[in-house]
Amino acid sequence: MDSQLKRGLLDVCVLAAIRDEDSYGYKIIKDVKPYIKLSESTLYTILKRLEAAGMLTVWSAEHGGRLRKYYRITDAGRLRIEEFKNEWKEVMSIYQFVIREGEDNE
Amino acid sequence: MNKQEFLEELREELMGLPQDEIEERLDFYSEMIEDRMEEGLSEEVAVAEIGIPAEIAAQIIEDIPLTRFVVEKVKPKRKLKVWEIVLLVLGSPIWVPLLLAAIVIALAIYLVGWALIAALWAVEAALAVSAVALAAVGFYSLFHANVPGGILAFGAGAACAGVAIFLFFGCREATRGILILTKKIIYSIKTRLMGKENS
Repeated sequence: MDSQLKRGLLDVCVLAAIRDEDSYGYKIIKDVKPYIKLSESTLYTILKRLEAAGMLTVWSAEHGGRLRKYYRITDAGRLRIEEFKNEWKEVMSIYQFVIREGEDNE
Repeated sequence: MNKQEFLEELREELMGLPQDEIEERLDFYSEMIEDRMEEGLSEEVAVAEIGIPAEIAAQIIEDIPLTRFVVEKVKPKRKLKVWEIVLLVLGSPIWVPLLLAAIVIALAIYLVGWALIAALWAVEAALAVSAVALAAVGFYSLFHANVPGGILAFGAGAACAGVAIFLFFGCREATRGILILTKKIIYSIKTRLMGKENS
C-alpha cells in the first residue's frame, strides 16, 4: 500500500480504537491488528503526532502496581473521523466505478 | 532475552538522543512488554514479539526529524564560561565562514547528483518528443509522395522511441537510487550527531 495513504489510514484507525472508550497501547494494537499491521514503534509515532495535533490527550493511571498510559480522544479527533468518513464516501464511489470497468472487460 | 536486557540494549542503541526522549520510549516499550505478560505470555515471548532492539532503534532514529538532532547537538550541555563566549565571538570571522563553506560544498555535491538526474530526464523527454515529431514528419512526407524521406523519418522516430523506452527505466532507477542514498545520508548524519561514529 502507498505509504502516504497508509499513514493516513493508521491515524484514523488509532482514533477509531479510542473513540468509544479510553484505551492503552497494547489494547490499541490488538484492536487494530485484524485490519492493518501496526508495530509498536509506528504506534508510538502516531500517538505522538495525534497528541501534538490535539486529537487525543494522554493520562496515566496505576495498573497492577505500575503506571499505564491511557489515550482519550478529543473533539478534534472525532472531527477527523467524520472527515475521514466523508472522504471515503467519495473514494468508495470511485472504487465502484473502477471495479465496474473491470467487470466489463471480462 | 528478558525485559531488563531488552530495555538495556535499547537504551544503549538510543544513546545520544535527548534523555527525556529515551526515557519516554523505554517506558512505552516496558508497558508493551508488561501488558503482554499480563495476558499470559512468558517474558521471553513477550520481548520477542516486540522485536530486536537494534532494529527498533534504527526505526526510531529514522522517525525523529533531522532538525531535532541538530538542535540537540548545538544546544550547549552546560552554561558556557565568559571566556568561551568571548572566544566564540572573536573567532566567529574564522569559524562561521568555514562552517558555511563546508555546508555549502556538501550541498553543492548533493545538488550535482540531482542535476545529473534532471539531465537524464531531459534527454529522456527530448527523445520522446523527437520520436513523436519524427513520426509526424514521416506521415507528412508519405502524403507528399516523398516515400524514402518518410521511411527515413519513421526509422529515426522508431530508434528514438526505442532508446527513450530503454532510457526511461535507467532514469527511474537512477532517481530511486538517489532517493535511497538521501535516506542513508540523513540516517548517517543523525547517527553521527548521536556520537555513534561506526554505525
